[in-house]
Amino acid sequence: MMRTCQIVSQKFAIEDAHTLSIAQEHGAYDTLAKCQEFTPLEMIQIIKESGLRGKGGGGAPAGAKWALMPQDSEQSSVLVVNCDESEPGTFKDRQIITKDPHLLIEGILLTCYAIKAQDAYVYIRGEYFQFQKVLQRAIDEAEEAGFLKNINITLHRGAGAYICGEKSALLESLEGKRGHPRLKPKQPEPEWYFGQPTLVNNVETIASVPFIIQNGAEAYRAFGTEKSPGTLLFAMSGHVQNPGVYEAEFGVSMMDYINHYGGGIKNGKALKAVIPGGASTGVITAKEAEEVTLDYEALRSMGSALGTGGMIVMDESTCMVSVLKNLLEFYHEESCGQCTPCREGTGWANTLLGKILNKRGSSADINQLLEIADTMNGKTICVFAPAVSSVIVSFLTGFRDEFEVMV
Amino acid sequence: MSFTFTPENIKTIAKLKTRYPKPQALSLPCLWMAQYQEGFISIDAIDVIAEVTETPAMEIYRVATFYSMFHLQPITKKRVMVCKTLSCKLCGSEEILAHLSKREDVLVEEVECLGSCGSAPVMQIDDLYYEDLTTQKVDAVLEQL
Repeated sequence: MMRTCQIVSQKFAIEDAHTLSIAQEHGAYDTLAKCQEFTPLEMIQIIKESGLRGKGGGGAPAGAKWALMPQDSEQSSVLVVNCDESEPGTFKDRQIITKDPHLLIEGILLTCYAIKAQDAYVYIRGEYFQFQKVLQRAIDEAEEAGFLKNINITLHRGAGAYICGEKSALLESLEGKRGHPRLKPKQPEPEWYFGQPTLVNNVETIASVPFIIQNGAEAYRAFGTEKSPGTLLFAMSGHVQNPGVYEAEFGVSMMDYINHYGGGIKNGKALKAVIPGGASTGVITAKEAEEVTLDYEALRSMGSALGTGGMIVMDESTCMVSVLKNLLEFYHEESCGQCTPCREGTGWANTLLGKILNKRGSSADINQLLEIADTMNGKTICVFAPAVSSVIVSFLTGFRDEFEVMV
Repeated sequence: MSFTFTPENIKTIAKLKTRYPKPQALSLPCLWMAQYQEGFISIDAIDVIAEVTETPAMEIYRVATFYSMFHLQPITKKRVMVCKTLSCKLCGSEEILAHLSKREDVLVEEVECLGSCGSAPVMQIDDLYYEDLTTQKVDAVLEQL
């Protein structure tokens, strides 16, 4: 049974909720007074207890990340909100910034209070300029109304680079450089923006904060599973009757979600496969989709990942070789080029898939694809190449026969 | 140098400088302003941006060539960017592209995911998205340009 949950999408259906007056009629900014009851450290504790997990794809506990921020540093801390939404199949953050931008601003103000930041930047992908304008108008309204007295919120427009969704590449880009991911530290530490301690969170993560502060950690935990508490703006695209973004709690059955909100598979066809959480998560078969629930643990146990929760649904007529070719074209185009296994591996795999698709491949090419996937895994600076690797392996595990009949 | 920012842009730059810890952070905003001003990013503009951001011109050039939305050459025709990534492909972007390929008055570019997967297929012209496309809708949109 699908339980209706509206933690982030509570104002999505309200007309003109992007304007301050309408948003305030429905409770926007009410938590600003409430948060004064807590010290910054208590705020972080509430987020920790809520079990809120980062909603940009990784699913790391948000509270632990917040706790890394120094509370008594001489340098001021910085909040960076990741709105570089570029993962194929993912289109949820744009719903927040166009339908309820004040919820995001409220979340930013609460987060800045907790980590003692005065500057917040929202990094928005360059293509989303029309949506950026809606958010900017909301910020201007909030500023005029006096909500931004102690905090500067600056929108920073990207310029077409998928890799800038990776938080360290995003920070490089925000510093005015090429979006090249940075090496990860051995010990957990904050991110750094021009040497200032920095917290990077996804739009939806920040937009979940007001609910938690208003209603408490337990209220958030009332949704979802024990290890994946709360809700996510799951999304569906591809061969479904009603594609779109619908908020649901973690742990619901994937097929219930697709049938309930998506109206089932388009044109009455049978399901063949689902890419569960954006293109960088491994594909699962229809049979696996029947069994899986939408939470981090269940999808991991199937060798895939929940990612951003943006499901790409494919019916029985889909050619899986051409789907993988399409994805490799994407990865080859978007690899930042810093690490050789990624730069060369994506191009090589793309070429081999083109060969197979044109019926000029051999079974040796299929094995070569797996070898390339192995070489790309775990040998690069960021997780882009390992993700591509797992995608290739998932297609060749679940649908190997389709590749073999083509060679 | 034959490039100068408009007075309005100079004002914007001065305001932005107060928002960032270092002027180098302004390289993307400045590249955007230059591109809107001239339609593309000229080498002269890169030199001016290098001064504004206190960054070597070569570094600005490296940045300008990294991001796919910046152009270092003038574009004479109207650009139509059609998303070709998976969800759009599953929903008929190939048909849209085949239809557009017959037209000579526009520059058709295949681009990667525009983040409009729920309203696929989609194309972008200037800064606007056109979603849930059919060939008829494409014609109607181009008619009005």
